[in-house]
Amino acid sequence: MGVEGIGARVVRKEDKRFITGKGRYVDDIKLTGMSHAYFVRSPHAHAKVKGIDSSAALKMPGVVAVLTGKQLVDDKVGNLICGWAITSKDGSPMKMGAWPAMAPETVRFVGQAVAVVIAESKNLARDAAEAVVVDYEELPAVADMHAAIKAGAPQLHPEAPGNQVYDWVIGDEGATDAAFAKAANVVKLDVTNNRLAPNAMEPRAAIADYDAAEEHFTLYTTSQNPHVARLVLSAFYNIAPEHKLRVIAPDVGGGFGSKIFIYPEEMVALWASKKVGRPVKWTGDRTEAFLTDAHGRDHVTHAEMAFDANNKITGLKVKTYANFGAYMSLFSSSVPTYLYATLLSGQYNIPAIHAEVIGVYTNTTPVDAYRGAGRPEASYLIERLMETAARQLKVDPAQLRRTNFITQFPHQTPVIMAYDTGDFNASLDAAMKAIDYAGFPARKAKAKADGKLRGLGVSCYIEACGIAPSKAVGSLGAGVGLWESAEVRVNPVGTIEILTGSHSHGQGHETTFCQLVADRLGIPISQVSIVHGDTDKVQFGMGTYGSRSAAVGLTAILKAMEKMESKAKKIAAHALEASEADIVIENGEFKVTGTDKAIALPMVALAAYTAHNLPDGMEPGLKESAFYDPTNFTFPAGAYICELEVDPGTGKTSFVNFVAADDFGRLINPMIVEGQVHGGLVQGIGQALLEHAIYDANGQPVTASFMDYAMPRADDVPSFNLSHTTTLCPGNPLGIKGCGEAGAIGASAAVINAITDAIGKNNLEMPATPDRVWRTIHAA
Amino acid sequence: MYQTTYHRASSVDEAVSLFGKSSEAKFLAGGQTLLPVMKQRLAAPSDVIDLARIKDLIGVEASGDTLTIKAATPHYDVATSDTAKKAIPALAYLASLIGDPAVRYRGTIGGSIANNDPAADYPAALLALGATVKTNKRSIPADDFFKGLFTTALEDGEIITAVSFPVPAKAGYEKMRHPASRFALTGVFVAQTKSGEVRVAATGASQNGVMRVPAIEAALKANWSPSAIDSVSIPASGLLADIHGTAEYRANLVKVMAQRAVAAAG
Ligand SMILES: Cc1cc2nc3c(=O)[nH]c(=O)nc-3n(C[C@H](O)[C@H](O)[C@H](O)COP(=O)(O)OP(=O)(O)OC[C@H]3O[C@@H](n4cnc5c(N)ncnc54)[C@H](O)[C@@H]3O)c2cc1C
Repeated sequence: MGVEGIGARVVRKEDKRFITGKGRYVDDIKLTGMSHAYFVRSPHAHAKVKGIDSSAALKMPGVVAVLTGKQLVDDKVGNLICGWAITSKDGSPMKMGAWPAMAPETVRFVGQAVAVVIAESKNLARDAAEAVVVDYEELPAVADMHAAIKAGAPQLHPEAPGNQVYDWVIGDEGATDAAFAKAANVVKLDVTNNRLAPNAMEPRAAIADYDAAEEHFTLYTTSQNPHVARLVLSAFYNIAPEHKLRVIAPDVGGGFGSKIFIYPEEMVALWASKKVGRPVKWTGDRTEAFLTDAHGRDHVTHAEMAFDANNKITGLKVKTYANFGAYMSLFSSSVPTYLYATLLSGQYNIPAIHAEVIGVYTNTTPVDAYRGAGRPEASYLIERLMETAARQLKVDPAQLRRTNFITQFPHQTPVIMAYDTGDFNASLDAAMKAIDYAGFPARKAKAKADGKLRGLGVSCYIEACGIAPSKAVGSLGAGVGLWESAEVRVNPVGTIEILTGSHSHGQGHETTFCQLVADRLGIPISQVSIVHGDTDKVQFGMGTYGSRSAAVGLTAILKAMEKMESKAKKIAAHALEASEADIVIENGEFKVTGTDKAIALPMVALAAYTAHNLPDGMEPGLKESAFYDPTNFTFPAGAYICELEVDPGTGKTSFVNFVAADDFGRLINPMIVEGQVHGGLVQGIGQALLEHAIYDANGQPVTASFMDYAMPRADDVPSFNLSHTTTLCPGNPLGIKGCGEAGAIGASAAVINAITDAIGKNNLEMPATPDRVWRTIHAA
Repeated sequence: MYQTTYHRASSVDEAVSLFGKSSEAKFLAGGQTLLPVMKQRLAAPSDVIDLARIKDLIGVEASGDTLTIKAATPHYDVATSDTAKKAIPALAYLASLIGDPAVRYRGTIGGSIANNDPAADYPAALLALGATVKTNKRSIPADDFFKGLFTTALEDGEIITAVSFPVPAKAGYEKMRHPASRFALTGVFVAQTKSGEVRVAATGASQNGVMRVPAIEAALKANWSPSAIDSVSIPASGLLADIHGTAEYRANLVKVMAQRAVAAAG
């Protein structure tokens, strides 16, 4: 490890511009002649749009145009798609309700756009939007999943009778039933996984710029995957062919999944830019973010776990209802199916699993992937079940887990996933040591004497990351491959540009990716720069989500580096009159091993570009690219233990300690990894204690601002005690598993297990607000 | 439609005269309530008259048995004022619990009580301490000032200049923070005056805004101790209920916060 190589805690290169306010986000970009869009949005959860009168708005100062959903449909702009086909147990395809980017006839959630005003400034557009008169005929709405599937419920889409998207199953039902028939004990649990609003710091934004002479569009957008955006906009929405559409995702202020998807607003901006012949900018505000950014989670589950007389798990049955909101967002269908049910084995040997997932439409904001996407829901369910089982079977919760841990790898679960490696006992040992598990009873007794209820909760999570092997996801219905691409350009002076299809929106790629290069070549990271987020600069790539950028994206860079190094060695060998096999790379030099003969990287690069003296037949230049398709998912895993106190008078929870022992395989930059874990844990704790996107029975959002939606603040969370136990991932050459989502996946179960331990009652829904905890304590 | 004209008044008299000249004026202090409401377009004043730079409206002073906080004094100044901490520590502590640092640097006591949010902190202190609200026209006892949700005894164009608090024998404040906004989910201010009177006020609890709590006052008058409140029962009827707290929970909080405030008061 060099000072800036793999494993070094290098300070983030990008932070100088972020901390000094020099980041360049979409809203910072100003184009000549730019106009501004403001959307007219439905105040109703369900209504017919009987007419739109724009005449008054068109007369307002500075108004350029008022465009409606009907015009959009007339211009044959395609409906939004869902890119992962799921098949119901009866063999029928999932039921897709049509989703036009602006509603021409029917609105199905509060905030859905029906028209857009384009004006000289955002405020003028907003003023005029208030003057657009929309004639709505209100329809009965349904926001609750269980109400939505009842007979006689308001129906959202003619394509989806009973508001059902799909009824999907996985696993072996017969084997699972047989396991339950023979079970010594059965543990049952009902859990709700609360709906969350993602709330990236930067709201979504888009600038569309149509060049009529070239018939070419440029879109600046807040995207985690600009190439995927271009592909979808071209292939499905009829905006422009790919070579006539450039998508740029500049600095992006957080995504957490919510910026994977292609939203109506950027589609409308592109279409409108051509219609009005000017660049069109839209910047969402926080209210629009609450109303229109895809929400996360929102499951209701009944689960049962069978045990034999030795407390070994013999079977698991799960039935989950997943709320998709009013429309199927881009990857939504995969979240409660292949990203959820395939992780239901947790860290445990479970011989038989059967799960059924019923997707439901409701008059609420669409739901899609949010940090962890399906895996937090699976992990929360399994870890709540294990804790419940330990209480019911009267065994130590850590011991019950150990009794059931998978210890032999590779391990094929009954739900598709084949775990490649891990050491679950090692992470649990580390976490138990860090929290002084053995000393807990004494601490609990002391707290009791002080009038506090102290609890301890364990959560042993596993997730499938590094998504994903293209062939595997293709066979499961994915509409895309999930490989990654990279290009290494060594400039004639020896500096290096790495072009990657990954996208950094807070992850620190500009630092970690350079560290790999620094490690291999022995050069400082200042000589390397990372280029990403522009479809005109970077070849096709798949973007950043699912903790994939290091495991997949960085491996692609490694592959390209290997090709580049091989060529550079040939050039060096030629120049040094040595054998290629004897060339080693050290400290930025190509050396003949065992001698003092060497040539520096810039000289090799210069030789490649002057091409005065290259080996016979060699092409000039020093630039290589690679595509890397992983062979398996990666399986980060770990153990989190939370110790906390509940104030019985108020139900308020205070953390005493929170320890996390993660196995992420190889760490490139431990400091950045810790930051990722901190953020993830805070989101998991936020879900457990604070966050909840709520609708009333008529589909009106109750939590559409930070005055009502409780985002975690620094003083809501403890200082974290982090450690790592490492098994290298065998699936990629760097041994990386990924760390971006772990915290959000594992934390909430630890918190709820701890609170329920403290109060001595097992059933407690998230978020465990003081009110809810107090009522649970005092319930009969 | 949403255009507004900003005026920076240099004296109370100038502010009053500017107010008289505009069609739909609003005074601006810290802007922590008015500006969000304007941004949401729920208020559209023709003129905004800034009071926050009027020197006479800023400062914390003690004289004899009275602590005076001038209307445009930010919460942060009160929370950190040695004068306030010495005279009525519970009041400085209350100011330190308002919102977050950004809100405390900007928001003012005058703006807070003029707005009279049912979950604001200062109204509880004014009521429990028997404070007097000073305006450019008159003095209004706290008992007559708060008139229910977002309503006060202020007349159109009347400017609060200061609030004067009699220094109590004992006082304490405890607050359960609203998890999202950090206003009071319920907060209780308890005070024992130098003449032995006990006054208790709860905020964030009642559907009618800040309220006195006679049952707790009576219990504490008999025995100034947290345990004196054990047997008091607070009915849930008439209390606020929302996603962050049921009426029953708030009724419980009135009691528990009162007990803790008494414990803090000593
Ligand atoms: C995120 C957030 C959290 C908050 N948390 C809390 C909390 O925990 N507890 C709490 O108590 N408050 C809280 N507040 C409110 C805060 O305390 C504000 O300071 C207060 O509501 C208004 O004071 P201001 O000085 O900002 O007034 P402004 O917003 O400037 O004005 C508010 C109203 O008062 C009028 N006004 C202002 N000054 C005078 C005056 N001298 N005479 C007559 N009328 C006047 C204005 O015309 C306007 O109608 C919070 C606010 C925010 C934004």
